[in-house]
Amino acid sequence: MDRSEERFVDPENAAAAAVVADVRQRQRWLGAFARCPEERLEPLLTQMGRDNRYTVLRAPEAGLMMVRARAGGSGQRFNAGEMTVTRCSIRLEDGTVGHGYVAGRDKARAETIARLDALMQGVASAQAEPIVAALETEIEALAEARQSKSAPTKVEFLTMVRGENA
Amino acid sequence: MYVAAKGGEKAIAGAHRLLAEERRGDPAVSEIGTDQISEQLGRAVDRVMTEGALFDRKLAALAIKQAAGDLIEAIFLIRAYRTTLPRFGYSEPLKVSDMRARRRISATFKDVPGGQVLGPTFDYTHRLLDFALEAEGGARDHSVELHSAATGDALHDDPGPMDPMPRVLDQLASEGMIEDSEAPAGDVVSPVGDITREPTEFPADRDVRLQTLARGDEGFLLAMGYSTQRGYGRTHPFAGEIRMGEVTVEFMPEELGFPIEIGEITITECEMVNQFKGTATEKPKFTRGYGLGFGHVERKAISMALVDRSLRCRDLGEEAGAPAQDEEFVLSHSDNVQATGFVEHLKLPHYVDFQSELELVRRMRAEFDAAQEAKEEIAKPEAAE
Repeated sequence: MDRSEERFVDPENAAAAAVVADVRQRQRWLGAFARCPEERLEPLLTQMGRDNRYTVLRAPEAGLMMVRARAGGSGQRFNAGEMTVTRCSIRLEDGTVGHGYVAGRDKARAETIARLDALMQGVASAQAEPIVAALETEIEALAEARQSKSAPTKVEFLTMVRGENA
Repeated sequence: MYVAAKGGEKAIAGAHRLLAEERRGDPAVSEIGTDQISEQLGRAVDRVMTEGALFDRKLAALAIKQAAGDLIEAIFLIRAYRTTLPRFGYSEPLKVSDMRARRRISATFKDVPGGQVLGPTFDYTHRLLDFALEAEGGARDHSVELHSAATGDALHDDPGPMDPMPRVLDQLASEGMIEDSEAPAGDVVSPVGDITREPTEFPADRDVRLQTLARGDEGFLLAMGYSTQRGYGRTHPFAGEIRMGEVTVEFMPEELGFPIEIGEITITECEMVNQFKGTATEKPKFTRGYGLGFGHVERKAISMALVDRSLRCRDLGEEAGAPAQDEEFVLSHSDNVQATGFVEHLKLPHYVDFQSELELVRRMRAEFDAAQEAKEEIAKPEAAE
């Protein structure tokens, strides 16, 4: 939300907006942990508090998720096929519960994400923000780099006009 | 009828040992790694993921190795493996408009916003064997050539981000020249058919048809699509847009109550533009066929889009009569795991079954002979007369 807008909301709505903002930030870090290069997670865990003790609520398990798509991209929904997903849930000693979901079958990663999810909930959103933003920037840069490899294959089809060379 | 046979355990174990040896091949040649399959036989991996209906590159590569490159066997292995995993749920519908497309072409419009991007394609190659690939490490480094040839001075320039690529068919839709592709009313709550949970009933809705086609055998769908082009239920198709690239997958875990991104998958999409005559009440306009598969599976996506459109004949009030318009025929025979199961079971022991057939044929022959003799007996006195 834009800062200038924030000043005009009443306190009750402001509280609701704060909850929404927190949820949005949590959504973002869970997405970033699932999509960032694997080697980013361990240093982050050290930074956030690797020594925090935790109980495993749901041991890492691999399962299936049915991928939904839409006919023509925007029409009727259909089930396109499944993908593997691994999930894990943990609880810190202070009672904070963390969840980890990641595509594929990497159990260690799902557990690390669950731990990070719980630890991130314990810090102020201003403190969490640069961590999330840095990961997002890197994910975006990697995706862009991969896509831009196709840039030299962009074609300009020319319509040949008869007698053009005459 | 198939009656189970017992015995042969030793021979079966021996056969499997021999299979493992054959799969490994000459031990003097280094063993292929699943990472090599995943990286260097990518199109095989994509096909196994698509028809195995499970996106997981590592599993598909393993299945290909185990199946010694027999892709239908690999698809079978993937289908069998998936039954051992719990289902966590359904993803949010893919936002394909946000795809990071690495290939995007349109055969209907020359100038499309975002441009025509060939990406990694076999198109426009000369289909000449490249013997440089035969020699280990002998493959030419095309990456340098590509940059210098295609962009000239831009060799060392960062090509920068690609322009946004709005969907090509949206242009036609904005003019009302093509049927809408809007989500039906109440779409979010209406159930979506799932052939992994419920057996298919006919007539089938488009959701069930698309799911079946998405995992259908590439060769079967290719032949079916081809038949429509050759005149068996012609649909006048144009490839409006073909895209390949990465999309982010979102999932809403119950315990969170909000959707989160869990990763990204590579998909290929084909949007076909087809002709439609119109009716007494409707102006003529173009219609759509859709194809989607995991990985880079262009032939499959195009074929699927052709067949999807053909199977919509009933919805569009078209006269149906061609094989590709026969929904029960197409959907019942497109799955190569089902098909191979039934076709290949013929090689399993049918001894008891065949014994009874043998006896039956022997009895019929004896009856035939007896009847012939009887005829001859009757004919004899006539001949004597």
